[in-house]
Amino acid sequence: MTRPTLHESTGAMHSRIYAVGAARGDLTVTNDDIAGPIESSDEWIRQRTGVVTRKRASASRTVVDMAVEAANEAITKAGIRPDQIDAVLVSTISNPVATPSLAALVAERVGANPAPAYDISAACAGYTYGIAQADSFIRSGLAHYVLVIGAEKLSDFAKPSDRTISFLLGDGAGAAVVGPSDFPGISKTVWGSDGSKWDAVGMDHSWAEYRDGHGDVEWPTLRQEGQTVFRWAVWEMAKVAKRALDEAGITSDQLAAFVPHQANMRIIDEFAKQLALPESVMIARDIETTGNTSAASIPLATHRLLAEHPELSGGLALQIGFGAGLVFGAQVVVLP
Amino acid sequence: MALSTEEVLSGLAELVNDETGIATDTIALDKSFTDDLDIDSISMMTIVVNAEEKFDVKIPDEDVANLKTVGDAVNYIVKAAA
Repeated sequence: MTRPTLHESTGAMHSRIYAVGAARGDLTVTNDDIAGPIESSDEWIRQRTGVVTRKRASASRTVVDMAVEAANEAITKAGIRPDQIDAVLVSTISNPVATPSLAALVAERVGANPAPAYDISAACAGYTYGIAQADSFIRSGLAHYVLVIGAEKLSDFAKPSDRTISFLLGDGAGAAVVGPSDFPGISKTVWGSDGSKWDAVGMDHSWAEYRDGHGDVEWPTLRQEGQTVFRWAVWEMAKVAKRALDEAGITSDQLAAFVPHQANMRIIDEFAKQLALPESVMIARDIETTGNTSAASIPLATHRLLAEHPELSGGLALQIGFGAGLVFGAQVVVLP
Repeated sequence: MALSTEEVLSGLAELVNDETGIATDTIALDKSFTDDLDIDSISMMTIVVNAEEKFDVKIPDEDVANLKTVGDAVNYIVKAAA
């Protein structure tokens, strides 16, 4: 019997980000508001993290609400209809249920139903994983327009007395519409993981431990080994960032912006130093007033950069996400 | 390559100065990084990584917490470089 030849999908030659959207928590939380339980002060927090205020969402503002708000802005600015979206990818670590996905609900609420929709669990690298997948889908023909979202309500998983990470955390969502392009708009992604440091940052205990703890085990919250994460986030990620530039075929002086995951201002500052970025490169520092929003931080920071510096549109941005896993992803994109 | 205590102290003092601005002549073996020099955990890690490069040694994360004083760090580096 002769085997029939299967039809395959063929996609666009290139892809690019059409637009980004943003939604932040509705509450502004100062350092003084949270300093008490960690026996700290505004000065201590600013000096160690660069965070002056962080945005957190009130009880009635859910992670889905923020994801939908960010997505709607991105879709409108992209100039497409929601029913043209072929895939919805939501990176999150704060979906309050293990299943179903946040993405399926977001797809329904933005009008992208019945697009395939699923969540990505890659913590602070998740948005870059989403952009990598969107680029691949579009160029393979699996999708024409992809909605990529990073959405977090990390205040649900912050412990007021934790001195390792909780005081950094904020709530928000950032979204991007990715579609076909006449020119290369997303470079080859450099991504990976290092499970040998699985314990360096993440939840302090599991749902099962909470369930079986008979009230003696607290609600699981985030914590980190700060020094281990700092060393990895700066010196190992600087190597990844340089590889991403090499893969893109560009040099740092050709960048318009550097958008690292907004983990901690000290990481951002040391990272920029290690990369020896020229002064012409704008560095995203959204963490100062938003806090660390994990998967949402890169699109939120991008959105702010473009709002405050519209002249960056069309320029090149190096974006790099890194976090719990440990996982990382970096690519150079043309700013919408 | 064997390094003397004096060589390492001098080099480490420069690294501490680069990171924190603390005058090198105040950085002595008996000084505590946290209590006397007021160096936080992030600056400490920056100094550690720069010391690894400067002295060509490895200082794993789990050992960093044991380096309470400048003398602890100098002794660690002298032994690691021997």
